[in-house]
Amino acid sequence: MELTGAEIAIRCLQEEGVEYVFGYPGGAVLFIYDALFNQDKIKHILVRHEQAAVHAADGYARSTDRVGVALVTSGPGVTNAVTGIATAYMDSTPLVIISGQVPTHAIGEDAFQEVDAVGITRPCVKHNFLVKDAGEIANIIKKAFYLARSGRPGPVLVDIPKDVSNQKTEFHYPATVSVRSYHPAQHGDAGQIKQAAQLLLGARRPMVYAGGGVVLSGASKQLTELVRLLGFPCTNTLMGLGGYPATDKQSLGMLGMHGTLEANMAMQHCDVLLAVGARFDDRVIGNVEHFNREKRKVIHIDIDPSSISKRVKVDVPIVGDVAHVLGDLLAVLHGSKQKSDAQSLAAWWAQIEEWRGKRCMGYKNSDEIIKPQFVIEKLYEVTAGDAFITSDVGQHQMWTAQYYKFDQPRRWINSGGLGTMGFGMPAAMGVQMAHPDATVACVTGEGSIQMNIQELSTCKQFRLPLKIVMLNNRYLGMVRQWQEFFHGNRYSESYMDALPDFVRLTEAYGHVGMRIDKPSDVEPALKEAFARKHDLVFMDFRTDQTENVFPMVPGGKGLSEVILGEEL
Amino acid sequence: MRHIISLLMENEAGALSRVAGLFSARGYNIESLSVAPTEDATLSRMTIVTSGSDEVIEQINKQLNKLIEVVAVMDLSEGEHIERELMLVKVRAVGEMREEMARMTDIFHGRIIDVSDKTYTIELTDTVSELDSFLQAIDRSLILETVRTGASGIGRGDRVLKL
Repeated sequence: MELTGAEIAIRCLQEEGVEYVFGYPGGAVLFIYDALFNQDKIKHILVRHEQAAVHAADGYARSTDRVGVALVTSGPGVTNAVTGIATAYMDSTPLVIISGQVPTHAIGEDAFQEVDAVGITRPCVKHNFLVKDAGEIANIIKKAFYLARSGRPGPVLVDIPKDVSNQKTEFHYPATVSVRSYHPAQHGDAGQIKQAAQLLLGARRPMVYAGGGVVLSGASKQLTELVRLLGFPCTNTLMGLGGYPATDKQSLGMLGMHGTLEANMAMQHCDVLLAVGARFDDRVIGNVEHFNREKRKVIHIDIDPSSISKRVKVDVPIVGDVAHVLGDLLAVLHGSKQKSDAQSLAAWWAQIEEWRGKRCMGYKNSDEIIKPQFVIEKLYEVTAGDAFITSDVGQHQMWTAQYYKFDQPRRWINSGGLGTMGFGMPAAMGVQMAHPDATVACVTGEGSIQMNIQELSTCKQFRLPLKIVMLNNRYLGMVRQWQEFFHGNRYSESYMDALPDFVRLTEAYGHVGMRIDKPSDVEPALKEAFARKHDLVFMDFRTDQTENVFPMVPGGKGLSEVILGEEL
Repeated sequence: MRHIISLLMENEAGALSRVAGLFSARGYNIESLSVAPTEDATLSRMTIVTSGSDEVIEQINKQLNKLIEVVAVMDLSEGEHIERELMLVKVRAVGEMREEMARMTDIFHGRIIDVSDKTYTIELTDTVSELDSFLQAIDRSLILETVRTGASGIGRGDRVLKL
């Protein structure tokens, strides 16, 4: 039987086992929405802005190991989606975005709602396609899912012109797919893995540095086993939090610009560094020259060869899937008679404990004014560390990364690479769709939340009982902090004047709003909010306006050139 | 250092812009870029002349390989190779300059492929530096127009970039 291109597209999504499509209709996708209407396997989540559709699909994907799907119309539908696509690209999230396009005969004529979707998304997708014939749709969508989820994952856009979505043809979904130019590595080179094992066993001051690749590859178990077997310290990047349990003794917490003193010092002074699914980015190791001043051997496991030796020269590169490579590395280590150098390791741990003893995460709490760190600590306690936490971007994001201890992967969902304000709430919607019974909280600020506040409406429609934890300091806090440190306290445009009454705003959307002004009310408010299992509760915490995120390695500085908070 | 990179890519609309976009987005140099389909109509062959430190060239190779439509990449400069570029130059050729131009064309193994009362159009195929030398050898003020294809390269002997 012949189907229209639109029906084929939807059948393809069904074949891929897609549960949810996050989207927003428009002229160029009307046939596709019609095909959606005529089936009941896939549920469509109507957002209020296309950016939110992509973030929601992104949150869905990050909290599971499935591909997120978004559907948007041509022109402004696509351009609104671009921020979401770029966010997913920077953090390697597997997404398939289907966009409508003006009819093929109108392409290039500056037609109504026309934009060169393939051109405009090219630098921020893993790959993209313009479908020119309905007969290609099945193959292209099959390829799109394959590309999105395999290798280093990423977003893939499929642009379907309106006439193609109405063109009839036979439907056949291919069982397999191959792309002749694309062969992502699975297993690492055995010789390199042996060499890595030898380096690790001979290390005197070893360090394990684990990134988002561990989470994406599902390699937490292997990483944890390896770190414990060797008795080494382990740090996680912002993207890698939960990849190694934060409450474990061998965890040094997060590293980087706002990482712990112990993690950054151990990075700087180690003699053998095992980097796993991480990419030595500027927010992680700061100044490369400063980092290179200390001599160390670097082993780097990554599925993307272009991440290796990009910023830091690597001695033992291992290209492969992190879970596979760690599994093989463990086998070599288990089979080796040699053990870690216990004496050196003890001395190294003594040094690390000295750094840890400085308690760099300490802060001075107050009875008068709510400290943002205190809110996150209480959030951790009230949720027993067992929630899915999304965040927006800024100080609140860093405090959450620092004070919420993630023991499991895929629980911490934030925009690390692109740093997209407005990501948190829509991402939380996707997480909640994927985990209907789980506790999902979005930690945000009064700046970020207003970038996608309209999604409170989506949450109402789909009864998503998110808990919004807003740290409201009436400033774009991270901007203000940099202005305080580096721009002579000139707070140029970082004060958030004329804020709405968030409680009434939330109520206007049909949810529950709470305003919390006193430190003593923080815990009761959180308890009350999280007890309301079926309601979205928006908590407006009025926090200290002057609080800064410490420790801080200023941009361009080395990891050991850290600014600590006030001595306690 | 100057590198000449050869690649095979899917002969599809948009593949060229992915390569060009990669270079501009990541701030890599392009001295020249030439591309055309091969005997296999599904593949195009591209030659890029670029320059950069060893680290940058390594990244360029890796980033090119990462593009889904790029099938194979070879840094020709890593081994023995041949490169050629085609240049068409239109020069003013009047009076005694007509003979002088014809002589220079001969010396550089070029051909005059179009003649008018006042102009010659000269075709030269050679290495990039030989073409540069020709332009330096003739009187600059006589050059009306220059068209160059950018270098094309191929490995010597058994060195082959093929699927």
